[in-house]
Amino acid sequence: MRTLHRRRETLPAMLLLAPFLAAFLLFFLVPALQTFWLSLTDSSLTRTSAFVGLANYVTLVQDPSFWAALGNTFYFSLLTVLPLTVLGLVMALLVDRFTRAGPWLQGAFFLPFVLPISVMTLIADWMLQPSSGVVNYLLGMQRAWFADVHWAMPMVAIGTIWWTVGFNMLMFLAGLRNIPRELYEAAALDGARGWALFRHITWPQLRPVAWTALVLQLIASLKIFGQTYIMTTGGPYNTTRVTLHYMYETAFTQSDAGYAAAIATAFVIVVVLLSLLQGAIARRLGGAK
Amino acid sequence: MRRHANMGWTVVAAVAGIVLAALWAAPLLWALSTSLRPEYETISPVFHWLPQHWTLEAYGKVLGAGNVPRWLFNSALVALLVTLVTMAVSLMAAYAFSQMRFRGRDALFLLAMLAFLLPFEALLVPLFRMMNQLGLINTYAGIVLPQVVSPVVIYVFRQFFDAIPADFREAAILDGASPWRVLWSVYLPMSGNIVWAMAIVTFIAAWNNFLWPFIIVTSNDMMTIPLGLTQTYDAFGVRYAQLMAAALLGALPVALAYVVFQRRVTHGFLAATGLKG
Repeated sequence: MRTLHRRRETLPAMLLLAPFLAAFLLFFLVPALQTFWLSLTDSSLTRTSAFVGLANYVTLVQDPSFWAALGNTFYFSLLTVLPLTVLGLVMALLVDRFTRAGPWLQGAFFLPFVLPISVMTLIADWMLQPSSGVVNYLLGMQRAWFADVHWAMPMVAIGTIWWTVGFNMLMFLAGLRNIPRELYEAAALDGARGWALFRHITWPQLRPVAWTALVLQLIASLKIFGQTYIMTTGGPYNTTRVTLHYMYETAFTQSDAGYAAAIATAFVIVVVLLSLLQGAIARRLGGAK
Repeated sequence: MRRHANMGWTVVAAVAGIVLAALWAAPLLWALSTSLRPEYETISPVFHWLPQHWTLEAYGKVLGAGNVPRWLFNSALVALLVTLVTMAVSLMAAYAFSQMRFRGRDALFLLAMLAFLLPFEALLVPLFRMMNQLGLINTYAGIVLPQVVSPVVIYVFRQFFDAIPADFREAAILDGASPWRVLWSVYLPMSGNIVWAMAIVTFIAAWNNFLWPFIIVTSNDMMTIPLGLTQTYDAFGVRYAQLMAAALLGALPVALAYVVFQRRVTHGFLAATGLKG
């Protein structure tokens, strides 16, 4: 009966899977293998040329532009990962605390997340205008924020925090709502309140969510491209040119697909290594379950 | 004593909530206020929080001239196509992965889930080369197709199908229903909420997608609104009322989708991160 069943189902199963498998093969698996293959050639954007072994990688480790771009990526991550996680937690606690105003707070915090990136960047650009911008008006300044080597990246980070914190808030909120009420009631009977409740019940229960948020946020921050590309085009003096931006320029401006593929491969390795490292730290600290 | 301490926390929380909510609402309100002014007011040396002359002029200009209507149309078409195709493809695949028996099923599923690990950004160069060879640069097919591979959606649907008792399916099969029939008339009606949630989240993501259209589209006529908005300086010069009007028009569909379907959006995003089934 079982084998009969199995034989009967293989063909219909393949028919159901065919559209997905075709798309998966064409638009994921083949390009993934090709990225690695291309990185071993000196291909252009339209033409595939000679196999050059690891030459692209040798160039890469000696390329100051690559290291600078990677450094900028890390700087952006440093400016965003922890603030986005902590702020997300604070916002979730606030939404959870107020029954009446909660949904309104949630709406205010989450709405920016569903906006297209260019809406965020247009609004940021308008608010940060040197002469007519509202930020300079409030501060009594005339600073050109995006042209300032010290301020360009922090401003991109602030724009990103405004734009994406809602997602982390949502994750923490789900975590909060999953904490059994009885834990609080039992602790309240023991006389715990305020900060003690948070420290001994809320935080231990939320810690796995916090680690998940941190990992997802780190990966998202490392993948920054659109914000800096639109707001600063990598300037001033390449101080905001990030890894993916460098890969994009190498491929689409220099038409050096081989080298761009090497950058992409190195980037994937960095992302995977960092998320593994974060996972290892989480286990060491007993944070993740 | 206890009462006093709790009051203190409530006040702190209320103040923090009000300040943060105001900070988060301010940029959108400021964009709205800017979009409702005549152009000369946006560069006026005298600062006003509200328009001195309220006008819809900027919206009229944006919708009446230039490419914004065309970009909005492209976005709507692309987002709808991506959503429909992704839902169809993923429902079929998830049903096969969840309910059918065939050799290599688990290995195939694992392979599909690999796509979680690899960032889409790493695929840009070969994807562009492939699209170029297929002649799909600046076409709707070129914009839509790579966006329909969504292992997350398949994963969520599979989890959901796994939880549906097998009795329903067996009864239908005994009645002679084909797998299509079972998926369509038994599983789909039971999955209404999760399908809606994933569809809305997919629609919002497709509407907002910047990176892929940015790579695959070079012609002004084929741009989606997130891409087109980055060109608006060329289109309008530096006219801030019109820029803000165009930005808000580009955000309106997703903002509306969010406000109307808030619960489903929330549910969809949480399902997509695997925090809730």
